Order: sequence, then C-alpha cells, then structure tokens
Amino acid sequence: MTCAETFAAYAFRSLGYGERLLPKADITLCEQIVLIGSGLIWNVYFAVMALVLGFFFATALAVAKNSSRALARKPAEWFIFVFRGSPLFIQFFLAYEAFVLLPKVGVEFTLLGIDFSASTRWLTRAWLGATLVLFLNTAAYAGEIFYGALRSVPRGDLEAADAYGLTGWHKFRRITWPTMLRLAWPAYTNEAIFLFHATTLVFFSGFPAWRQMGDALYYASYFADKTFNPFIPYPIVAGFFICGTLSVITVFGLINKRLNRHLPRARRRKIGLRLNLIR
Amino acid sequence: MLGKLYTSLVRGVPDIVFFLFFVIALDQGVEWLRHQALCPDWTEPVRQGSDFLVCPDAKMPLSTAPQWLHETYNFSLAVVTFAIVFGAFAANVLYGAMNAVPHAQLETAHAYGMSGRQTFWRVLVPQMWVYALPGLGNLWMILIKATPLLFLLGVRDIVYWARELGGSKTGVYEYPHGDWRIYYFLFLLVFYLAFTRVSEIVIERLTRSLSHGQATAAGEKLRRAA
Repeated sequence: MTCAETFAAYAFRSLGYGERLLPKADITLCEQIVLIGSGLIWNVYFAVMALVLGFFFATALAVAKNSSRALARKPAEWFIFVFRGSPLFIQFFLAYEAFVLLPKVGVEFTLLGIDFSASTRWLTRAWLGATLVLFLNTAAYAGEIFYGALRSVPRGDLEAADAYGLTGWHKFRRITWPTMLRLAWPAYTNEAIFLFHATTLVFFSGFPAWRQMGDALYYASYFADKTFNPFIPYPIVAGFFICGTLSVITVFGLINKRLNRHLPRARRRKIGLRLNLIR
Repeated sequence: MLGKLYTSLVRGVPDIVFFLFFVIALDQGVEWLRHQALCPDWTEPVRQGSDFLVCPDAKMPLSTAPQWLHETYNFSLAVVTFAIVFGAFAANVLYGAMNAVPHAQLETAHAYGMSGRQTFWRVLVPQMWVYALPGLGNLWMILIKATPLLFLLGVRDIVYWARELGGSKTGVYEYPHGDWRIYYFLFLLVFYLAFTRVSEIVIERLTRSLSHGQATAAGEKLRRAA
C-alpha cells in the first residue's frame, strides 16, 4: 500500500470510516503516523467540548464560591474539593461503573418540533460519558482559578464601577468578569493544556474503545504492543501533542492579547508557564 | 537551548505517554545492555520483525527466576519511571528555590570568609526549603494523584484489586456477589480525598515551622506574633 492509500484507508478510522481491520503485520511508519493522527481527532474533540462547556460552569462555580451566602458557597466548595482532590483516573472509573448501572431507559422529548430520543445507554460510550467527566473536572479546576482571580480584582475598579452607577448584572458583565478573565488567563491557559493532555486517559480508564475507535494513545499503545517497539509510536504521539500544545498556546495567547489590549505595554501580563503535571 | 527543549518536551507531552514509553524502553534497554555484555558471539539481530530477541542469558529477570522476582522487577521498573519523570520536575523546583534565596545572604556568608561549599551547605540549603516548599507540595499532590497510573504499568496496586475483587466475574473466579466495583471505586475516591486533605494540612504546618526566623513576610509575621 502506498502512503496515499493508507491515508485514505485510515485517516478517519477513529470515527469508524475506512478500513475496518487495523494493520496487524508489516506495520509501516506511514500507517502509524496516519492512524495515530486519526486518533488525535478524539483528543481534540474531548478537549474542545470540555473546555467550551466547562468555561461557563467554571464562571458560575467561581461566583458561587465567592458568594457570602453559605447555601451557594458550600456546594461549590465541595464540588471543587471533590474534583480537584481525587485523581481523574479514579473519576473515570467511578463514572463509568455508575453509568453502566443506570437503567437502560430512553427518554424522548420534543424540542422545536423535532423528536429527540436520549438514552442513558450513550453515557457508557466515551463520546458522551468521558466528555461529561472531563467537563466536570475542568470546571472544578478552572472554577478554582477563576475564584482566585475574582478575589484579586482590584478594589479601585469595583469602586469606580459603583461611582458610575453600575450595579448587579451590569457591573459583573462590564467590570468584574473581564478583569477576572484577564487576571486568570495565564493560569487558565495552563489548565487548557493539561486538560488536552488528560484526554489521553479516557481509553485507559473504564471506557472501552468501541470497535477499536480510540484516541491517539490508544493506537500508539496498540502499535507498541504489536511491534514491541516503543521507540516509534510514542515519539509520534509526543510530536502530535507538542503541535497541539503549541496551537493551544497560540490561540490562548491571542485571546490574552485581546483581554489586555487596554493596558499600557509595560503592565501587560505575559502567559507564564507553570508546572502542574497530572490531575 | 537544551533546557528549552526539555521544558517544551515535558510540557507538550502528556505524562502518561512518558510512563508507557519509559517502562518498555527501560526494560528493553536493560536487556539490550546485558545482551551486549553477556553474549558477544550472538550474531542474530536483536529486532527480528516485530520481536525483540536477546540471548537467554540476558533475559531480565532470568526465565528461571521465581515469580516474586518477576513481580519485584516490574514494580521497580514502574518506580524508576516515576522517579525519572518526577525527579526532573523536583530538580526544576529546587533550582528555582536556590535562585530565590536573597543574594545578600550569600554575599554576607562570603564576607564572613566562608568557602563556596560552606556557603552552600550552611546558608543556601537551609534557606531554600521555604521557597521550595510550595512547589514541592504541589508536586507531592500531583504525585499522589498520579499513583493510580501505576496500574497501567502492570503493578497490582489498589486500583487493580478494586477492579478484580469488585467485578462479579474474573478470568479465574466467579464471585457470589454482584458487580461491586462502583462501591470499591467510591471508597477509592474517598481514600484519595482524605489523603490529599491530610497532605494539605501537613504541608501547611511544615510551611509554618520553616518560616521561623526567615527573612520573608511569613517569617516576619511569626516574629511579630511571638
């Protein structure tokens, strides 16, 4: 097989399209690169879904944790403690076992005239179940980051907002929230990177890779098992992930620039890289 | 340049890739070295297609070794892997802490006529811990939460047993109870939560006692309170 044929056969293998059987013998470098790259689609999907959804939940959590009412503060504190204090790996296991035990009932509902049927069966599949766990996990981590930023919003800014007669939602939306984001952004960039890395855990914890549709690391360990040579597939994964991390840094750097655009050049905060290995 | 490459590599690659990679790489590396040393007249190549073949004398541990030796060897491979990855990070933290010690302290030590070695051991090292502690504490928390990954490296740790004993059926036995894995994992979750909480408290106390007599804001606060 030429490399172009391999690409056609395996480029979307992780989504279930193309050749059904994975390469078994005489595995070429091209096959490894294409298949691992195809697995990367899942990593990107998990990371983007969890980040985008988790962002809003994290904001709500931070506001709740900063609230003076115990009824709002306590649940947020506990949520953040539980998800930050336990390994993501265990969370995956626990969530999967819990989803398996759920009754296999379908829920049907009509929205805008279209019939939807949601079934709890989907929760045991990685695309929904793992996304849910990652969403809750990143919301907890980002919630703590946002909470820290919320507490360090300069008092002068808030007093100025009061002086201009801004109150309630308006004050939050126009003053508190943008400042919070600006302060939290460097740390949040790191969180995004580690979430991206954490997506590799999905198929190594409870969630099975249905019809061998797995992520980058799943295929890499498949190749390492088959060829008994770790020196090719793992560096390929590493290369893909370094590219992914660099693009995350680029995108978040652009947003950081926009958030800081009103500040004089000397006071702008660069994204500092901080160490945080595993969740 | 090397440092930059290292940081981008470590930051850009998921840790679990490191773990999976190092275990096999170490295993094969040790066997290959023994192969080179023990059977010099072995002519066949080590990599034959998809097989990694070394001469029988170079197997590590030897195929005649008892079972417990195999298990211990696997376990130590996993530990060494953890040490490689986390040791690199701890070195980074300690390096940062050494730079954080006020330079005036070292200059004063020199002025008193201490040699380079004396300055290092008597002035720099005792003072760097207070700066290193936040980083090391962070690393410790991360390490606790990384330990269930041992299971992926083939060590029979708590996660392995929770999966084995919790399921109603394993490869060998069929247990009379149903699927209890969810309770076992719930217990694991609580266990890890308690573990991190206790560590947090211990680290807090350590920070307090290390801040005694230090030229930092926390140390000043302690002095005022006394």
